[in-house]
Amino acid sequence: MSKQRVVVVGGGLAGLSCTMKLCELGLDVDLISLVPVKRSHSVCAQGGINSCNDQTRQLGDSEWLHLDDTVYGGDFLQHQPPVKEMAMWGPKIIDLMDRLGVPFNRTGEGFIDRRRFGGTLYKRTAFAGATTGQQLLYALDEQVRRWEVEGRVKKYEHWDFLGPVLNDAGVCRGVVAQNLLTMEIRALPAEAVVIATGGPGLVYGRSTMSVMCTGSAASRCFQAGAKYANGEFIQVHPTAIPGADKLRLMSESARGEGGRVWVPRKPQDPRDPKAIPESERFYFLEERYPKYGNLVPRDIATREIFDVCVNEGLSVDKDRLCVYLDLTHIPASELDRKLGGILDIYQKFQGVDPRKTPMKIFPAVHYSMGGLWVDYQRHGDGGLVVGHPRNHQTNIPGLYAIGECDYQYHGANRLGANSLLSCIFSGLLVAPSIETLIKSTKRTAAEDATNLCEQARKDHQARHDAMLSRTGGNENPYLIHRELGDVMTKAATVVRRNDQLAAAYETVSELHERAKRCSLSDTGTWTNQNVAFTRSLLDMFPLAKTILKGALQRDECRGAHYKPEFAMPSLKADTPEGRRIEAEAWCDAFEANTARWLKSTIAVLDGDHPLLSYEDVDTSIIPPRPRLYGLVGAEEIDAVWKERSQRRAHESKLQPVG
Amino acid sequence: MIKDAYGETLKHFSVKVRRQAGPNAKPYWENFRVEYESDMNVISVLQKIAAMSKTADGRTTTPVAWDCGCLEEVCGACTMVINGRVRQSCSALVDRLLGDSKEITLEPMSKFPVVRDLVVDRSRLFHNLKRVKAWVPVDTYYDMGPGPLQPRSQQEENYPLSECMSCGCCLEACPQFTKVEVKRQANETDEQFEARKAAAYDTAFLGPHAISQAMLFNNHPTGKNIADERLEALSGPGGIQVCGNAQNCVAVCPKHIPLTTSIGRAGRAVTLNKLRKWFGR
Repeated sequence: MSKQRVVVVGGGLAGLSCTMKLCELGLDVDLISLVPVKRSHSVCAQGGINSCNDQTRQLGDSEWLHLDDTVYGGDFLQHQPPVKEMAMWGPKIIDLMDRLGVPFNRTGEGFIDRRRFGGTLYKRTAFAGATTGQQLLYALDEQVRRWEVEGRVKKYEHWDFLGPVLNDAGVCRGVVAQNLLTMEIRALPAEAVVIATGGPGLVYGRSTMSVMCTGSAASRCFQAGAKYANGEFIQVHPTAIPGADKLRLMSESARGEGGRVWVPRKPQDPRDPKAIPESERFYFLEERYPKYGNLVPRDIATREIFDVCVNEGLSVDKDRLCVYLDLTHIPASELDRKLGGILDIYQKFQGVDPRKTPMKIFPAVHYSMGGLWVDYQRHGDGGLVVGHPRNHQTNIPGLYAIGECDYQYHGANRLGANSLLSCIFSGLLVAPSIETLIKSTKRTAAEDATNLCEQARKDHQARHDAMLSRTGGNENPYLIHRELGDVMTKAATVVRRNDQLAAAYETVSELHERAKRCSLSDTGTWTNQNVAFTRSLLDMFPLAKTILKGALQRDECRGAHYKPEFAMPSLKADTPEGRRIEAEAWCDAFEANTARWLKSTIAVLDGDHPLLSYEDVDTSIIPPRPRLYGLVGAEEIDAVWKERSQRRAHESKLQPVG
Repeated sequence: MIKDAYGETLKHFSVKVRRQAGPNAKPYWENFRVEYESDMNVISVLQKIAAMSKTADGRTTTPVAWDCGCLEEVCGACTMVINGRVRQSCSALVDRLLGDSKEITLEPMSKFPVVRDLVVDRSRLFHNLKRVKAWVPVDTYYDMGPGPLQPRSQQEENYPLSECMSCGCCLEACPQFTKVEVKRQANETDEQFEARKAAAYDTAFLGPHAISQAMLFNNHPTGKNIADERLEALSGPGGIQVCGNAQNCVAVCPKHIPLTTSIGRAGRAVTLNKLRKWFGR
């Protein structure tokens, strides 16, 4: 029997942690990546990685509270068993990354230092300066290089995944990929294929994501029959630096280390921000959310920043929407030690020193909570059965998805510093699942899928040749991409309206038709970036339509998905009795909405258009509750909800939660 | 905003690109006329050139091929020679470039084989990380508890070295790091070609980035368990003795990594290691 192989597509945190673990388990890996894996988008992650730790534990924290914060932050839209398992592994993952040499910041005594991040009251976040993603990625890259030297990993860098190879029974038996330098198309048979290709930021034109984050690999699986879940849940990060080519991230750790968000109370106050006295500054997050302050979850911070600029007219600049993110009250030496990397980025691109002058920032598309639908096997303890082949398997047997391109961990809104954790966790978790799957496989793909793979290669080659020889059309892929980004950014980011979403769906469908008529300005057969870009542009449309349709059909507000038309009203009465009545009504409406909408959107592709259905969410560990984060003026809602849940707990003799 | 010679706001500017269709093709220059906008960087210039695919004299041409990734100077992909200086194109801001010169000149790095236009083959750079075993040799990825305690001073020494993004600036600037180009032969398999490349790289200079990575891991509590093996690599062919102490590397490093400090430490460690070996430890 020839050697069994696994194909991993994507060399970020998820793909690399999966690859090294597969090697340790004795499996050989073909690792496909658009870029040398050390340059994967994970390098852009800045702030840190979360886990319960020795110090927070003694302040009352636990893995259960990390689970609770994560599902509360995600507005309960994630299945809880995988999240529970992730929270349990958190401390062990930090230990592993520490052993692998990640230079985490240290306390005076030499322990790993921690900072606070959004959506929690505990300092759970371990960090390496403000380039934590880069440092974690490098540690994994080094381990994979070690396996490469031993001949256990073969890297295909600068290769584009063109699609999975499925047999007649619909089982994945390999992939077809293209070398983007030589343009050679090749099929690689595999016992299992893992997609770890990150998010689809380029669907929005400009975002905080890297240029290779086109979503095309996930889209190619979607087009091959994989289900795509919760596409409409796109995280817009509250703090980014606007730019012509990219919206550069300004890490949440800036607020975690004490950064304050404010605008002058006087609209477009022309004074130097340092000359504006405290009393004339509006620290709107701190005023509205005294409990969490500047560290409310991202969806809330983003909406508040958007609201203060757009609806209240308090943007710092007149011609450009932005608010101040202020670090100037913190000593420069401390800033350099903990945030150096991000401050350098700001200074380099804006020409202003954020240690001395408040930064000007505005929200930007950042992360996709949704992604390829994946399965899991629940354990009796509420977590997962480790090593079960269903964990992270898509609906296509043998095809797995991990990292940002799956939909598993973050529900309707991801908490900061949970993505690095979910990426590494899902990579480590999927490896033993694949090991189990392969043990039950009788014949290797190299033995019985050679003809199948060769046929798939020929099909892709023909498609590629047809694209190169296409004449006429004259549509320009780069300009169509810009239009797509504009439409998506306008209709499907912070505030969503049904009329705009419906119109955007029409426009995107038209753009899709036009994109099919793109003519290539380069028809060469060597390092043709033009054809690779045009192909990935075409693959953005199924995802864009899924995002729009999912948003259009979901008539509620949940996490990052906000439709003012369906927002829960705030309490208006000024007597205690009046407010009590309103709070009761509010909680009734909340319960009705939970029954109607606490469901994952599941998309399948039918021709050029997605079909949607809805899947129940496993909330068996922590019952859903209103997500208020101590909002001023909403205390009665919390009180009423607490009474109700205590009553319910009493009736069912369960422990009250929340 | 940039003003032209008549004090008017600049409308267009000229970009000169050194192009090459493939490894065996002849390089040539092509000029582009790019519409000026405020806050542009070289990435947005190349994006505009790709979208128009027309030279300054109106001739249709292919888009210029170039590498890029994060666009915020942490991935290292978009390194090229801009107005004669090696750097990342994402952090090369047009307003500043045009402040110094009337036009912008873009060239591929000269120390690596050109793949196409501004895209070069930097596989040697990663290969050299293998030569110095730039990793922590852990036993296993199972949970074995935390790593060793590390004083803050050690983290502060290691973190800057660990920020190396393998961009290649130091190699482009180093006089001793010279180009090694292995051309593919007819009827050669991928494996044969890769093996021939690896053999050629194995005896050529490691470069400052790899020396610095060796020092990073020799300064890690577990990494130092194979310190001798790294020092062997540093004292072998293409090792530290090749360094001519020009100190260009540290001057061009976009992350300000103290490369010459690493090289100094490596030199002393290699000498000590040799002495230890002579005296049988």
